[in-house]
Amino acid sequence: MDDTNNKRREFVRNGVKAALLGSVATGALQALKSCSDAGAAASASANSETVELMTTDGHLIEVPVTALSETENLKGDDYRVREGFPNRKFVMVVDLARCKNAKKCISSCNKSHFITGENAWIKVYKMQESQETAPYWQPTMCMHCDKPACVKVCPVDATFKRRDGLVLIDNERCIGCRFCMAACPYSTRVFNWEEPRQGETTEIHMHLEHTESSPDYAGMPSLKGTVDKCDFCPHMIDKNELPHCVTACPNGVFFFGDAYEDTVTNGDESFRLSELLEERAGYRLLEQLGTEPSVYYLPPSNRLVDFQEGLENYEPYKSVDLSEE
Amino acid sequence: MMEAQKEILEKLAPRKFTRVGKVWVACLLAIILASLIAYGIQLQKGLVVTGMRDYALWGVYISNFVFFVAISLVGSLISAVLHLSGAKWATPLTRISEIIAVAAIVMAGLTIIIDMGRPERLFFLFTHGRLQSPIIWDVIVITTYLVISLLLLYYPMLPDFALLKRYFKDRPKLSRRFAKLSLNWNNSERQKKLYRTSIQMLSVLIIPVAFGIHTVTAWLFATTYRPGWDSTNFGPYFIAGAFVAGAGAVIAVMYVIRRAYGLEKFITDMHFDRMGRLLVLLCLVYLYFNVNEYLVPAYKNTVEEAQHLQSLFTGAYSTYFWFVTAGGLVMPIVLLVFPRFRKPMPLFVISLVVVVSAWWKRYLIVTPTLLHPFLPIEGVPESWHHYFPTGLEWTVTFGTLAMALLIITLLVRILPIVPIHHAIEEREASTAKNREL
Ligand code: SF4
Ligand code: SF4
Repeated sequence: MDDTNNKRREFVRNGVKAALLGSVATGALQALKSCSDAGAAASASANSETVELMTTDGHLIEVPVTALSETENLKGDDYRVREGFPNRKFVMVVDLARCKNAKKCISSCNKSHFITGENAWIKVYKMQESQETAPYWQPTMCMHCDKPACVKVCPVDATFKRRDGLVLIDNERCIGCRFCMAACPYSTRVFNWEEPRQGETTEIHMHLEHTESSPDYAGMPSLKGTVDKCDFCPHMIDKNELPHCVTACPNGVFFFGDAYEDTVTNGDESFRLSELLEERAGYRLLEQLGTEPSVYYLPPSNRLVDFQEGLENYEPYKSVDLSEE
Repeated sequence: MMEAQKEILEKLAPRKFTRVGKVWVACLLAIILASLIAYGIQLQKGLVVTGMRDYALWGVYISNFVFFVAISLVGSLISAVLHLSGAKWATPLTRISEIIAVAAIVMAGLTIIIDMGRPERLFFLFTHGRLQSPIIWDVIVITTYLVISLLLLYYPMLPDFALLKRYFKDRPKLSRRFAKLSLNWNNSERQKKLYRTSIQMLSVLIIPVAFGIHTVTAWLFATTYRPGWDSTNFGPYFIAGAFVAGAGAVIAVMYVIRRAYGLEKFITDMHFDRMGRLLVLLCLVYLYFNVNEYLVPAYKNTVEEAQHLQSLFTGAYSTYFWFVTAGGLVMPIVLLVFPRFRKPMPLFVISLVVVVSAWWKRYLIVTPTLLHPFLPIEGVPESWHHYFPTGLEWTVTFGTLAMALLIITLLVRILPIVPIHHAIEEREASTAKNREL
């Protein structure tokens, strides 16, 4: 990861952490639209700096950074892990026109979720429907379906659907029958076939973060004989931050947001979800199955990057390097 | 008259193992021991010791499970259907098939536990079970089926136990045990009436439950979206296949028992002949469902189905597929039309081929489908693109098969394997007839 990128991400993190007071306070996540060179400036002096924020009704406003304060964690006192964050409905938009198989999403996800096996939760597929159609790169993660096949078949309620849209796994409950893996049409679930080689890392992390293991933070720790998958990073949402893949992607492929507020952001740009989907003809994978995914895709038209570039990185038989970053 | 009864009892009362019997049991025990060690390793290291991975997420354990469920179905076919229809000829086979059913259903339950990543959490199925999961349906019907099968095995034995109590009167301990087992059976009219009604009732009850266990097991697959499983044909298709597998198993076991115990008078060539005919009928029904299962998707040839069918017809699984189709379906239909092949020995060989094919058939139902997901398999090691069971998986699997055989062997050892009172009644009836003539 090069330096400027790092700085930008840091800024984005800090920026997103900040939120407006008063009426727009809930707009925290889809907070800001920063120009690309804002990173350097932000780290210099914050006093005279302003940021643009989008209010819940879609207006952009400019606010001095000093007027921003960190919000509390999203989790209230009555937060229940099987209920989720009240009045939210998380969605993701993946812009295929921007993806060039950089795989930073995978390495960042692997690192943050302490993934130690060959089974990364995010995959970037090299897709080509037929000889005549154009190839493209397609990142996939759990679609957090609104009609999740995995939840339907789980015999012990280990996999559950929350009101905020997330589909999570209680790996203290999972009996390892793998029915959910057979049921998921997106092949997104992975199994811990052996003792995860996480060592002490997860324990240290839990200690430092003062957290306990919970379905809200998949992979911390992973347990032998249970399933894992993308969790949409509720532990980041809680801190008013974006999921790891969103911030890690150098090309801004992933947009994360809230369907109720109709906004999504990749940290650099924010859009109204409905407008984005309409303008760019968004769609969902395997819509015909009726799973109603929470992840939308924007077709790879008017590409910002060349498909060929991704081939350098293409390793069909290998999960991403675990040691990266 | 008493002489005849004594002779029959002598033939049919449980007997100690012969040398061959002892060697057989020792072999089974050795295999089971090896599989226990293998399973211990699996428990310790996790399912990584198997050939399964994220795409081939179910393997030989699950196909073996389906096989056991299939085999167990036969108990209901032979016992219940024949109890009900009053087909007298099959009486000597009812107990054998019930024993096979009980052994198979017990092993089906154990096999599914072997496949679990977290077997120690099994009780969550009861404490946290959710009714919309087909696995819970399976748990419910399998336990129900086990209970009814046990009863259907036990009840018809009550008069036999009473007979054995008297037969073994010079061995007080054994006699007392049979006395207890016979639940004070004294052949009174009231008891006989109760006996008949309860067996009649169980025979009716077990049919829907037996269909249930196999249909639900089929639904474990058919309720997913995967091409090759996503089929409304799956329930009846599985049941038809289960009847074939079960009939094959009954023929094989009855041949061995007849040889080992010298029961040629009780299990006659006529029984083999009839079972041979039954097998043809069952295979024809199964063939019909197979045509449905493969021809319709092959005709439509959607991308997903085409991939799956290609792997079966000409691809990686074609050898197995054609072996199973030829050995488990076509061959029995063609050969068993000729009376020559319905003699005990040839029928025994054919039934073994049928059972082995049935086993591989389950493997072909479970595995290839998993290797053709909707999204391509990518970003995983090359070896994850295929599946073949590891040595350890085979060891455990053979252990379960050996355990099923051991259960059958032990039950055959301690129980009157052919219903004695029926045999006596029949003998009496025929002598009475002779006298009249
Ligand atoms: S993508 Fe698969 S694992 Fe995720 S919610 Fe949908 S069915 Fe479940
Ligand atoms: S593997 Fe775990 S999460 Fe998946 S269906 Fe089974 S118990 Fe539920």
